Amino acid sequence: MNLKRHGPMTPALNVFHIESMGTLDGPGIRTVIFLKGCPLRCHYCHNPESWQDQTENWMQQDELMALIMKMKPYYKNGGGVTFSGGEPLLQARKLEPLCKRLKAEGIHVALDTSGCILNQDVKVLLEVVDLIILDVKHAESEAYTALTGGALSKTLEFLEFIKAIHKPYWIRQVIVPDYNDQKSLVLKLECLTKSTYRQKLELLAFHNTGMGKWQWNSPFWNRPSLSEKILVELQEMIQKNV
Amino acid sequence: MKADKMNEASLRIEYEGFADGNWTQEVDVRDFIMQNITPYTGDESFLEGCTERTLNVLETVEKLLELEASREGVLDIDVDRVSSLLSYEPGYIQKEKEIIVGLQTDEPLKRGVNPFGGIRMATQACEAYGKSLSSEVISQFDYKTTHNEGVFRVYTEEMKTLRRSGVITGLPDAYGRGRIIGDYRRIALYGIDYLIAQKTADKKCYAQRPMTEENIRQVEELYKQIDFLKKLIEMAKAYGHDIRKPAKNTREAVQWLYYGYLAAIKEQNGAAMSLGRVSSFIDIYAERDLRNGLYSEIQIQEIIDDFVIKLRLARQLRTPDYNQLFAGDPLWITEALGGIRVDGQSLVTKNSFRFLHTLTNLGPAPEPNMTVLWSEQLPEAFKKYCAKLSILTDAIQYENDDIMRPVYGDDYGIACCVSAMKLGKEMQFFGARCNLAKTLLMALNGGHDENNFELIGPKDTVMNDKILDFDKVWQRFDHYLEWICEQYVNTLNIIHFMHDKYAYEKTQMALHDTEVHRFMACGIAGLSVVADSLSAIKYAMVKPVLNAHGFIEDFITEGAFPCYGNDDDRVDAIAVKLTESFIEKLRKHPTYRNATHSLSVLTITSNVVYGKKTGSTPDGRKKGEPFAPGANPMHNRDQKGALASLNSVAKIPYEACRDGISCTFSITPSSLGTIFELQKSNLVNILDGYFYQRAHHLNVNVLDRNKLIEAMQNPGLYPNLTIRVSGYAVHFHRLSRAQQLEVINRTFHKSL
Repeated sequence: MNLKRHGPMTPALNVFHIESMGTLDGPGIRTVIFLKGCPLRCHYCHNPESWQDQTENWMQQDELMALIMKMKPYYKNGGGVTFSGGEPLLQARKLEPLCKRLKAEGIHVALDTSGCILNQDVKVLLEVVDLIILDVKHAESEAYTALTGGALSKTLEFLEFIKAIHKPYWIRQVIVPDYNDQKSLVLKLECLTKSTYRQKLELLAFHNTGMGKWQWNSPFWNRPSLSEKILVELQEMIQKNV
Repeated sequence: MKADKMNEASLRIEYEGFADGNWTQEVDVRDFIMQNITPYTGDESFLEGCTERTLNVLETVEKLLELEASREGVLDIDVDRVSSLLSYEPGYIQKEKEIIVGLQTDEPLKRGVNPFGGIRMATQACEAYGKSLSSEVISQFDYKTTHNEGVFRVYTEEMKTLRRSGVITGLPDAYGRGRIIGDYRRIALYGIDYLIAQKTADKKCYAQRPMTEENIRQVEELYKQIDFLKKLIEMAKAYGHDIRKPAKNTREAVQWLYYGYLAAIKEQNGAAMSLGRVSSFIDIYAERDLRNGLYSEIQIQEIIDDFVIKLRLARQLRTPDYNQLFAGDPLWITEALGGIRVDGQSLVTKNSFRFLHTLTNLGPAPEPNMTVLWSEQLPEAFKKYCAKLSILTDAIQYENDDIMRPVYGDDYGIACCVSAMKLGKEMQFFGARCNLAKTLLMALNGGHDENNFELIGPKDTVMNDKILDFDKVWQRFDHYLEWICEQYVNTLNIIHFMHDKYAYEKTQMALHDTEVHRFMACGIAGLSVVADSLSAIKYAMVKPVLNAHGFIEDFITEGAFPCYGNDDDRVDAIAVKLTESFIEKLRKHPTYRNATHSLSVLTITSNVVYGKKTGSTPDGRKKGEPFAPGANPMHNRDQKGALASLNSVAKIPYEACRDGISCTFSITPSSLGTIFELQKSNLVNILDGYFYQRAHHLNVNVLDRNKLIEAMQNPGLYPNLTIRVSGYAVHFHRLSRAQQLEVINRTFHKSL
């Protein structure tokens, strides 16, 4: 059987890339599995190749399990597996049985998402995973839509759901100079996402590396990277506020 | 064989405050440690910085080091005397300021001459630095047989050819074999008088046995041991210390055991002269002195700092050829830190921290060779502290206590880089290594050297098939491995017979039990080259390219093949099989003094020189290109990330390679995490995960490639940049250009 052809019919996942030693996307050392396909079109996306799911790289769950199990010895101190994207929620139905298997092995599972989908499959999946890393692209609706093509309301609805099921979560936002680096916006993000389940609010600096990969004429084309200094200032401001 | 009990040992004033045990009945340092150790589970916050005095001494030392560097790495040579325990007047850096005293010669960094390995080597070494060995010394050796002369009297033509061609290489037949660790702690704990009494009783006892050749040798060796213990007393006396009696306090404990080490490196110029496992032993004295108010924490750290300054000054006189192999004047003053007791308790003490802390107080440096015996059960705070220093200094190597402890117990040391042995109970006959890649090429060329086509092994046809067949190649290779293993063991038997005869380690063996267990420590180089070559033959198409004389001079490899270092069993299994097959073949051949065969996968910096001597290989490596060091995957062929690379190395079985499996790992700081706290804990996670899989050893470097390139171009800006190469640490600027480039070309793991 040609897996590539029949991929979608099997419980296989469409994988964009696997990082074997992730140290950013969740606690400890993590195997980060980047899944293909994304409904958003963020201007600063570094992986626009992951948007389309036409080019397929189907990986069977057993194959992924075997690969993950080889890395299990390194998952101490909270380490584990993170599903990222693209948008992993697009493959929620197929992801759920894999996450269950990981949980049966005692492996910590995190989901790195924009929270733009909340259907029944997603709800079932969210019950299984240990941590949500929620990337809230912008704290204001209009700007959110302008940046991503999606709607902030969906992400907030998603956030309400994970709070309701008591899931621990991290909030993230990429800070772009002269775009969302105003203190007021960052404070707004802080207020908007606050709850007892929020473990972390992480600001990431926009980097203008990877420009060549961009597929469309981004408004951020000539924008400089965010300085480390401003990032630290903003991060400290939040610390004080919290 | 026991001598009289220690004279009312428990009443000795030196032992006040120590718990009794078997150690007061006979020489049993381990028991002393287990009865008296105070494990420490806290963090590094108790540590103290440098004192004014230490800074002062350090300043003087740094000036001397600069001067040494400006003189091509050798400050001065005493060409008029032969180095031994009593050859030189006492030497000092700044007499009135030193806490721990003793230098190899009468002046710091002045090198002594040790011609017992071979007079020619000593003469050449002097000449290389513009000096000439005095005619008096040379004429003394007219009447002496050196170890080197003895060996060459017996070497067969075949052995000489193999040695010259570089199939078996780095053999200790012209310099001291080293790799023996005297249990220097015995001097501190018991004093020399008691040790002499024990050895004298042993000698009496052996003298009653039938005088076979073996027994005569043993009795004579005991004579030499006792003789040198007496010399050791005199050596210390010249510095104003009476080491006949046990040490009374921390300072004396350090000083006493340092005298033992100093005597060893005055007597022997072995390549690797480990210190052993002294830090937690010293801690017992430190705890007692702190309790009694004799010393403060600052003073204890000052003693350790001063001790380590002395160790950093240790040097041997080498030829430039030797420096090509082992750059940076290494002596492998290996100190094993940490580890876990057989009963599961920790052997980490405050003094484990203090020892590592010298990397901060005195700055990063290659010596002593800091070796952390890693266990899953080590206290977390200690793990984090080690990781912190690795990130800051790149000066630490890690070895798996959880796989060594079941074999060697909980009082073993590490000789050189990775060779474990029970302290005072086991020793090894260092056997350098066999160039596995060159052996493969010799096999394919029917016994001929691939560079000059000289016949160096059993003659066979050249394997000139259009496409090499894996099964045929394996069979042929296996046949040649059988032959080389026989030659190898026999060669080592000669070397060590002669070393015992003409350059016996009198001081170090006096600090062992009389009945010692010996290892015949063989080694292999080029494991990843051969594993990948065989993988290429098996999974891709390898066509031999013949020269005009019909010998294979190159290969054309078409198609993809799995490379070692990607956690791919198809090729990793080949590497595993190679090690298992090699040790099995070695075991077929009897060894001198019934030594147990063992095997290491280790190259030190010599992987560059081995590569230079080896023709193109089927894996695509071109003639003269360096091998990967030790058991490392070939540079940049490990494409699946850091952990997959480590997983491949972890598969090499320690059961087959009991003499150690060296892996050198370079990772960029940012890939460990965004902030220092995370970098530390993630490095701990990597070490835990790697060693959990029964891996044996890891050199850890946390740095960016750019930093090394910059340091190569502007060495003056990075005088103290220390990195771990295969098995030891070295100042980067002391590597040759070829070695620097090789290090820079290694895989630096970063986030993918």
